[in-house]
Amino acid sequence: MDIFEILTSAAFWAAAIRIASPLIFATMGELICERAGVLNLGIEGIMVAGAFAGWIAVWAGLPLWGGVAVAFVTGMAFGLLHGIFSVPFGLSQHVVGIGVTLLATSLTFYTYRVVLPEVSSPPKITAFQPVEIPLLSKIPLIGPALFNQTPLTYAAFILVGLVALVLYRTPLGLAVRAAGESPSAVAAQGLSVTAIRMGAVIVGSGFMAVGGAFLTLSAFDSFFFDMVNGRGWICIALVVFGAWKPGKALLGAILFAAFDALQIRLQQTTIGAVVPYQLFLMLPYILSILALVLMSRRAEVPAALMVPFNKGER
Amino acid sequence: MTDKAQAQTVLRLSHITKRFGALTANDDVSFELKRGEVIALLGENGAGKTTLMNILFGQYTADAGEVEVFGQVLPPGNPRAALDAGVGMVHQHFTLAGNLTVWENIVLGTQALGALRLDAKAARAKIKALSTRFHLAVDPEAKVGRLSVGERQRVEILKALYREARILILDEPTAVLTPQESDALFATLREAVGQGLSVVFISHKLHEVMAISDRTVVLRHGKLVAEHATAETSREELAALMVGGEVSAPKIEAMPPGPALMRLSGVSTRGEGRAPGLHAADLTLHAGQISGLAGVSGNGQKALSDLISGLAHPVAGSFEIAGEPVADWSPRRALARRIGRIPEDRHHTGTIADFDLTENAVLETYASDFARHGWMDWKGARAQAEGLIATYDVRCPGPDTRIRLLSGGNMQKLILGRVLETAPRIILANQPVRGLDIGAVNYVHGRLAEAREKGAAVLLISEDLDEIMKLSDVIHVISEGRLSPGFARGTMRAEELGQWMAGEGFAPLTEAAHAS
Repeated sequence: MDIFEILTSAAFWAAAIRIASPLIFATMGELICERAGVLNLGIEGIMVAGAFAGWIAVWAGLPLWGGVAVAFVTGMAFGLLHGIFSVPFGLSQHVVGIGVTLLATSLTFYTYRVVLPEVSSPPKITAFQPVEIPLLSKIPLIGPALFNQTPLTYAAFILVGLVALVLYRTPLGLAVRAAGESPSAVAAQGLSVTAIRMGAVIVGSGFMAVGGAFLTLSAFDSFFFDMVNGRGWICIALVVFGAWKPGKALLGAILFAAFDALQIRLQQTTIGAVVPYQLFLMLPYILSILALVLMSRRAEVPAALMVPFNKGER
Repeated sequence: MTDKAQAQTVLRLSHITKRFGALTANDDVSFELKRGEVIALLGENGAGKTTLMNILFGQYTADAGEVEVFGQVLPPGNPRAALDAGVGMVHQHFTLAGNLTVWENIVLGTQALGALRLDAKAARAKIKALSTRFHLAVDPEAKVGRLSVGERQRVEILKALYREARILILDEPTAVLTPQESDALFATLREAVGQGLSVVFISHKLHEVMAISDRTVVLRHGKLVAEHATAETSREELAALMVGGEVSAPKIEAMPPGPALMRLSGVSTRGEGRAPGLHAADLTLHAGQISGLAGVSGNGQKALSDLISGLAHPVAGSFEIAGEPVADWSPRRALARRIGRIPEDRHHTGTIADFDLTENAVLETYASDFARHGWMDWKGARAQAEGLIATYDVRCPGPDTRIRLLSGGNMQKLILGRVLETAPRIILANQPVRGLDIGAVNYVHGRLAEAREKGAAVLLISEDLDEIMKLSDVIHVISEGRLSPGFARGTMRAEELGQWMAGEGFAPLTEAAHAS
């Protein structure tokens, strides 16, 4: 199988879209936070917590969508924690974010051991199954790649459209964008910067957790300690890659996922027999860095990103 | 507008008091604003004008007193309530989001956050109508980040008008405007007042106050010291009220010039983007003389000050200091040659905003005078800062205060002190009094005159021709990087200098001059 064959196979693109889905959720979550002016480095830990919370809820008997909801609420709880420290208290967003990541990760592992003290391998659940969309799935190449996915993948794509709509077409979205650019302008118009930023961090964190839950409820059917594996950090880069715009961030997520799907397949080609597989593992990251450098040079960073807003200070 | 006395009172401030720690920013201030009236709120920097308006607008909460708008008492500390009551404020530092368009900035916060759609069409139409009505030309689709300062101010005013503001507060609106833009602003304000709006105009520029206001309220040290119908007072009276005593401008006594301390002959420098470099400039700075450099901003003033302060190098001509040709030029060498610099932008190049006064006081000398064996001598530095604070009358809580909290005048006094304490031979004073109030202006001018008497050569760069003519022994005009010959004090009228400023009298620029 050569590269051309891989790139024109529907199975490859289906895999890319599947791998992209959790990234899309979490990237949208991060994008919402950053557009409001808060860098949320809690993303990695929140994804771990979401993966676990969604999975354990379903294992305990909730329906799959119930698991998604539990993950979302779990993410919002960590978002609230992040928000309290980073918004009204105005602490360093780096420190708060890393703290949240460490806390959420450790708390997840602790809870896992408390709930399942005796098991050596985690129990399995029945995960989301692919749902074929009539007619659309019959389109060559695109059909099987895009329209034979799990409902959670469809939700990820719908979310991108929703985030774009809200950001650019509603008064709320305008307020969020303004809060990330010039909080004093928001305050001068009689709106509460604190409320807007808190809301963005809480909701954004919820989506990050759903991104984590995709791994346990859709991509796999169980929970492992290292399953998030740096995806959160990738999403931070994807927001930059997407120049803080939902559509471009979506493209970035698919691009990264495609590289990831490609490297797995390249390992099985004739080149893979001679080149150490670690080089293939590096491929998506190297190509992402290159793309990031090329794409984000002229990006407009939200001017007040990482700048706490204190009313009354001059 | 004829019967102002009977006109409706739209705004009443009663007994407002506000303290910041030990400082009383507003002390029992009361006044009223009538419909269709322009009140000028006059006072030196730090007199409490902005604090008072921030209380009115709900950004600060007063310790005592209340604000009444159209007969309703405003709840304290709530900008939303002030906005809803019809108060619009144009801040000195604009509150605009640069990545949003003009109409987005204006609409922000005016539509319910729960609304499913942003009504852009209606908003654009309303903005268009307002811009025509009040002569505020601005493209609603433009990104605010791309607009000029004057255009941004128009957006700020539109923001207030869009919300149906009946009372406009403008905090030092002309500080950032060119004279033409100021005139346009005044025309807009007259239009607005004609349509029944009321205006509070905060300023410390007397000629503007005289031009635009019906009544003048003077604040000094947080207290209301006078309230006059503008027509019945004079610039002199207002100036005296503002500073609390007669204003005495420094006198420049004639004295013979000393030896030449710096000589440029035929010096050219490279331009920077749209800013021109110097073209074959001749300039001699003598000890005991103030040389004024007049010119419209952006005509090479920056090139000259960069050259003298060591930030730029000549590409042609000879550059001598005290008779020695200059080689290996750099800011550090400029300091070593005892050139004292008062930079044009005191906030960005003159000081480091989040450093305290002690650190800012030794920025230029920390390595030479306040370090021993590689360790900072903080005790000495602090003593130096305390000395400067006392000698140069820097009003501040103490040497540990971050310098960003100081008013422009006090910041400039510290910079001035930092320069003068090194007993410089040459002083480069670039826009030394821009944005300062009368008291601070006279103080800075007085100190520069004193340095002249002690034998320093002062180069005063200013866009204010009055300032140049008042202080300078010799006046040069700069236009497109070319320097006029020096005109001795009193030999040129302002109109004649203005012609040089417009580029008349210079030899035409040759291609060769451009190439260099």
